[in-house]
Order: sequence, then structure tokens, then C-alpha cells
Amino acid sequence: MAASPVFLNLDLLALSPPGWGGVLLTGFAASLQLAVGGFGLGLLIGIGGAFGKLYGGPILRDLLEVYTTVIRAVPELVLILLLYYAGTDAVNSLLMLAGLPRVDISGLAAGIFVIGVVQGAYSTEVLRGAIKAIPPGQIEAARAYGMSPFKTLRRITLPAMLPYAIPGLSNLWLIATKDTALLAVVGFSELTLVTRQAAGATKAYMLFYCAAGVLYLTLTLVSNRVIGHIERRARRGIAGPM
Amino acid sequence: MSDTKVTMPAYVPPPPRRLLEPHRIFLIALFGAIVFCAVWFLRWDWLEKYQWKLIHGIWETLFLLFSTAAAGFVLAVLLGLVQVTGPRPLAMLARGFCTLIRGTPLLLQLWLLYYGLGSVFAQYPEIRQSMFWPYLRQAWPYGFTALMLSFAAYEGEVMRGAFAGVPRGELEAARAFGMGRFTMFRRIWLPRAFYRALPTLSGETVLQLKSTPLVATITVVDVYAIISRVRQDTYLTYEPLLLLALIYMCLTGILVLLFRFLENRIPSRGA
Repeated sequence: MAASPVFLNLDLLALSPPGWGGVLLTGFAASLQLAVGGFGLGLLIGIGGAFGKLYGGPILRDLLEVYTTVIRAVPELVLILLLYYAGTDAVNSLLMLAGLPRVDISGLAAGIFVIGVVQGAYSTEVLRGAIKAIPPGQIEAARAYGMSPFKTLRRITLPAMLPYAIPGLSNLWLIATKDTALLAVVGFSELTLVTRQAAGATKAYMLFYCAAGVLYLTLTLVSNRVIGHIERRARRGIAGPM
Repeated sequence: MSDTKVTMPAYVPPPPRRLLEPHRIFLIALFGAIVFCAVWFLRWDWLEKYQWKLIHGIWETLFLLFSTAAAGFVLAVLLGLVQVTGPRPLAMLARGFCTLIRGTPLLLQLWLLYYGLGSVFAQYPEIRQSMFWPYLRQAWPYGFTALMLSFAAYEGEVMRGAFAGVPRGELEAARAFGMGRFTMFRRIWLPRAFYRALPTLSGETVLQLKSTPLVATITVVDVYAIISRVRQDTYLTYEPLLLLALIYMCLTGILVLLFRFLENRIPSRGA
């Protein structure tokens, strides 16, 4: 077979089985699920971590400092391997202790857990900075009105920190979408791994890798547009670009 | 009605935090116990057999890190400069390149270069017979290229901001002294932009260190690949990975200290 027709054979991207387009899109959907789940979990950990770091006791603060430092100093790939095995092992040994049978943890759940823990460390720092950027008078005013800490969080702290947090969080979202590719190394069928399988099966390496690149790039560009909208909405009422 | 004066308690500043507070000593003791358990109960007998390979792997990782960061930085300076002063089509091209690299995962770029470009190269007899073929058959040129391009794209954005952020007055002063364009760039613009970019450069270099293990997926033998080999040979899950995490933590710490030293050497006035 000649060189060029293999690269240009777009039939390989057809959605139905002789083509691999459907498989790629399924992988893309898996990647999206991972990114959304991991980012959401990371956000929850980040909110808890930021509050723990700002208002927690000395022990909690030190432990959170260790958490964020270690996670940010070790490559994501290594963390994913460690947490992937350690997480599934830990759940199973807990179940054994409770006298329950072992379960097979779905790759998706383990993947979301891994990405969430990694993202949690970064979003802890982003949110901590954002909370510290709120004028302290606003939080004191809420306390003076007699709001409970939770109500202060819901009504004042979270909305007021949003404009400061959004640039960092949007960066984290883009990192989350790209970190999903790392789960290919532990054999989770997300976009990068299915691309590799498709390319290996058909030998049309360039075609499939470029197709996957286009999908990732589209996701990034669409995200950028959406983030721009959210940012403009969150910043309304705040003077001038900073 | 009593006559006592209600006074606010005097403000007592909280005591400054010290490194060794009681709870810290407790935490350190706890951490020490965990490390002791890890050393005592886990298997480490494979270390002796693999230690030289490990050191070689660390060397390989560091070499990859510094060579790609240096080459990538040169490219980043060009990318940043072109985006600030270059002609419009060239600036758009540089911008597009940065978006393209920053919008796709590094793993995908790596595999695209190694499997994709590698298979394309192999189809052309002209390339197969050229003098570069012995190199193009190996994995490291592809790993090097992918890492370098990624560093250049991320740092290129930073350099664009740094070049644009150099105060105009300094450049005008240079011109008033009669410096040529190149002299002005070499003496004023580049150093000032470099100083501004240095804090982010440190972060980017740490990120680059954390990207290097990806090249192990295209058979470049860095420290991550050695640890993977150990795991396959010994069927151990955690011990090699824990050691690997420790190695990367040490490398990150050294890098951060190195950059802090560099930053402190740069003369700055106040803020």
C-alpha cells in the first residue's frame, strides 16, 4: 500500500464499526466524564482544604500543608499509579474488615478519585488565595449580622471569592481535561488509549492521533469561550480589568 | 446599677509560629513511625541490585529536563518576541502554535510524534537511507522534541507577557543612548523580561520535571522506566512507587531551592 492513501483514508473515521469514529467518540465521552467528575471532586476537596488551611487548628493546617506540598511535588503519572492501586486496595481491605465480599472498582470511579485528589491539592491553593483576597470587612459584616459560619460561606465567602478564583480554576479545568490522558497508562479506555488502539489496529497512526488532537483542542477552545462568559458574569460590578 | 467600666480586653497579638511547636513534634514523631514501618515491613532488598541503574535513570531524567528546558527557553524567547513585535501573520502563527500545544495532552503529542511521525518517516526510503536515520530510529529524539515544544509553548506565553511588560521608558532610554535594535534587545529588553519571567520559570521547570516520566511510555529509559522495570521483575506494587515519589520530591525540592538562589541574586529594588 502506498504511503499517502493510508493517511488520507477518512473512511476509517466513520461512526459505524468498520470505521473507528464511534470508538473515538465513546473514549472522548469517557474522558469528559473523568474530567468533570475529577474536577468536581477536586473542587469539593479544595473548598474543604482552603477552609481548613485558613481557619483550622494547627494540626489540620500542617497536615493540609503536607498534602498540598507532596501532591504538587510528585509527577501526576506516579500519583495516578500509586493512588489507583492504593485506592482500590484500600477499599477492598476495608470491605474485608467489614466482612463483605471484594468488589471490582470501576475504572471510572478510581480514575475520578485519582484526578480529584490531584486536583484537590491545586484547587486548595487557588481557593485559599481567593478567600484571602476578599475584603475582610465583608466577612466580618456577615458575622456581625449573626450569620452562622455555614451561612456566611454560602452567602458571602463563596460568591465573593468567585471573581478571584475563576482564572485559577479555569486553568485547573484545562489541566484536568489533559490529565485524563494519563489514565491511558493504567489501561483506562479514555480518548488517548482508544486512539492508540485504533491507530495500532489500522496502522493509520497520523490520522487517528490528529483526530484525537482535534477533539482535545475543540474541548479546550469551547471551554475557553464558556469560561470567558462565566468570568464576565462573575466580574460584573467590579471595576476595570486587573 | 454597678459602676464597673466595661473595657475591651487589650489586643494580644498571637504568638509567632515557630517550627517546633508541641503538635509539630508529635506529628514529626508520627511521621517518623510511619517511615520506620515502611522501612521495616516493606521489602527493600531489590535496592542493592538496581541502585546503579537508578542513579543512571535519575541522571537521564535530569539531562532530559535541563536540555529540553534550555532548548525550549530559546524557542520561547523567539515565540514571545514574535508575538509582541513580529509581523502580524508570524505573530498569529506563533499564537496558534502555543494554543495548539497547550490545548492537547502531552502524552498525545508524544505518541503522535513517536508512533505517527515515526511511521511516516519509515515509509520514505530517502529518510531511511539518510545519515539521520540511526537517530530517528531511537526514541529519545521524539521525547526530546515533544518535551521541548511543550516547554516552549507554555513559557512562550509567559515570555510574551514579560516582553510586553518591560516599561517603555527603559527601552526609550536605551534608544536615546543610541543603542541599535540588537544591542537594546541584548542589554535591556531580554534581561529585564527574563527577570520578570523568573518566578514563573521556576514553576514551569518543576512542571517540566513532572512531565519527563511520560517519555518512559515511548521506551526512553529514565528513572520512571527503571522503576517500572523493578515492578515487573519483583512483582512489588508499592515499594518502588514510593521510592519514585520520594526521588521526585527531592528533585523538586532541589530545583525550587536552586531557583530561589537565582532569584535572590538578581538585583531588585523594593517590590
